[in-house]
Amino acid sequence: MIARRIGRALPLTPALVLLLLFLAGPIVYCAYIAFTDLQLTGQAHASFVGFANFRRAFHDDAFLNAVWLTLVFTVLSSLLGQNTLGLALAALMRRASKPVRTLTGGIVITAWVLPEVVAGFLLYAFFRREGTLNAILGFLHLPSQNWLFTLPILAVSFANVWRGAAFSMLVYSAALDEIPDEIEESAEVDGAGGWRRMWHITLPMIRRSIGTNLMLNTLQTLSVFGLIWVMTRGGPGDRSQTLPLFMYEQAFQNSMIGYGTAVALLLLLVGSLFSVVYMRLLRTEV
Amino acid sequence: MRPTAVSILALALVTSAASLTACSSGSGSSPDTVKVSFKESMDNTVKVTDNYLADIKKQFEKEYPGKKVELVPIKASDADYYTKLEQMLRSPRTAPDLVYEDTFLINSDITSGYLKPLDSYLAKWQDWGQFIDTAKSAARGEDGKTYGVPDGTDTRGLWFDKRVFEKAGLPADWQPKSWDDVLAAARTIKQKVPGVTPLNVYTGKPAGETATMQGFEMLLYGTNDGAGDPLYDKSSKKWIAGSQGFKDALSFVETVYKDKLGPDVSDALDPNYRNTVWGELMPQGKLGINLDGSWLPQSWGKNSGHEWPDWSKDLGLAYMPTQHGQAPGKVSMSGGWTWSVPAKAGNPDLAFDFIKTMQTKANAEKWYIANSGIAVRKDVAGDPSYASAQPGIKFFTDLVASTHYRPAYPAYPKVSTAIQEAMEGVTTGDASVEKAASTYDSTLKDVTDDQVVTQ
Repeated sequence: MIARRIGRALPLTPALVLLLLFLAGPIVYCAYIAFTDLQLTGQAHASFVGFANFRRAFHDDAFLNAVWLTLVFTVLSSLLGQNTLGLALAALMRRASKPVRTLTGGIVITAWVLPEVVAGFLLYAFFRREGTLNAILGFLHLPSQNWLFTLPILAVSFANVWRGAAFSMLVYSAALDEIPDEIEESAEVDGAGGWRRMWHITLPMIRRSIGTNLMLNTLQTLSVFGLIWVMTRGGPGDRSQTLPLFMYEQAFQNSMIGYGTAVALLLLLVGSLFSVVYMRLLRTEV
Repeated sequence: MRPTAVSILALALVTSAASLTACSSGSGSSPDTVKVSFKESMDNTVKVTDNYLADIKKQFEKEYPGKKVELVPIKASDADYYTKLEQMLRSPRTAPDLVYEDTFLINSDITSGYLKPLDSYLAKWQDWGQFIDTAKSAARGEDGKTYGVPDGTDTRGLWFDKRVFEKAGLPADWQPKSWDDVLAAARTIKQKVPGVTPLNVYTGKPAGETATMQGFEMLLYGTNDGAGDPLYDKSSKKWIAGSQGFKDALSFVETVYKDKLGPDVSDALDPNYRNTVWGELMPQGKLGINLDGSWLPQSWGKNSGHEWPDWSKDLGLAYMPTQHGQAPGKVSMSGGWTWSVPAKAGNPDLAFDFIKTMQTKANAEKWYIANSGIAVRKDVAGDPSYASAQPGIKFFTDLVASTHYRPAYPAYPKVSTAIQEAMEGVTTGDASVEKAASTYDSTLKDVTDDQVVTQ
């Protein structure tokens, strides 16, 4: 019996070993480093310091600032921006004519397909002082603004919406197609207007897609690094320094690998908190 | 699904961390190849280092038949270069045989055990006797051993544009006696020559060590009597917090940016601003006064991409005055780079042979002149062909007598970052001078393990 079990498990061993080696291994190693004072330079031997890195984070104004900015960035760009805009686009495109649909879809998806760094440079060129946005504002005789300097977190949030709305649009397009036409039609016969149908029929029916989409968007947005790095490097000062950028700065510029890794684990915690909230939302029945 | 989401995030984090730490290219080392890592200019048109090393490589391969040199340029900003280098030095598979080390970081890397002491090689190398004493100590660790051969040093001062000064009605032989004189000249330029940035003082984290050394320390080291070090107290071996000089230096930076005497804040905080300064603003006559280093002319030579044959006619040089003009009257800071052999290098002997080829008298002189460095070899410094090779060399070489060296102890890089943060705070106006200084004091305690003395 036992021999048969082992025999059955045998083909799985290579996969298991690979997973342990390349997936579990680094995670465990990361978690271990977070409890040491490992530095990139300036230190002969690293030693185990317990929770010192975590205590330090919670007393570090720069860390708390980064947590706050990460929340602002996530709520603005993921929850409000990508999610709502994606749904709106999907809903509007259902009613649009085919050429309009193809064109809009193509443009939106192009933004999504672009590599992160390229998107970052494009939006840097768009927002910078001599950039496109100010040229347009100047043409319309509106006052220009140095966007990356005065409101950097808004600029990078907008950039993330621009880049990420396509994903939500795709998810919602698929979800909306699943709603049977009869239900919408009967609601229409009962005299429900567009907004009522949206609120009482469409949204409840695509609730699961909303939950999944929110979760994926949020986790993706939490770890956005390249886009912000290219546009502002977290600056000016630390006005757009979200957690991933703070983590990078501590680990690789201030050479404190241990502290940086501890921040990475805390970022993981923020992500799992969001996940828990979404899971609860998903579970409630209408 | 909950654990799945978490593990997806974990995987994303881990893979990104792994790709960040493991991005250097490791090639198996062959006993006949010496791998040389150096910092390549961020400005594609500046090829001074590349050309020089290509020349040395040719000489070396001729001198040592059968041996090969592999140049491994790292094109990055200063901070990214150090990070990349340290990652390469951690493993024998990625460690080059010879690296170009900034003296500000060298003690930190020595403490980490990344570098190999060179004493046994230096003892057998006659030319080492030609190096001036301060240069010999530039790469000496706290253990008394020497870990690098310096390829020159530098000094710092005020570059001013005579074309701008003429329009502003300022003298062509300008020499300020105090900080107020510098600010007054900047105010005059602002008033009389629109469209020109009156005064550039590097600032903020994006500029890195440039902000600390060319900007802040050129001010700070002029706030006392010039005898003691205002950053580090050598007698108690502790870093200095709460000094008035620190606040005064921050106030100067604040004034420059608050009164719009400096560049636009967003430009000043652009990591590539340095290249804009010497590549565009200075040649185009759009910068009045620039507090900067002796090496600037290297970007204006023939085939440099920013050719500016008339720079010595268009620009004037003045030393940076002390705060109130108190003795010794002028301030300069010196640093420099060294060639070091990593502890995990595969071919350390060959690497030192390469240093020897680089540092023959003729090659050293060629390098000092090409990169506008200040000679650290006595035989070159005494050679008239060196002193007359470039205008400005005499001015900057004379400053060596009154220059200061950074307290480049292992904690220095982190102290430097703390200084940049304080500067950035007063530059953007996010923090008052008081607030920025007190933040610096508390950060200082953190990064030096409480080795702090309050003044």
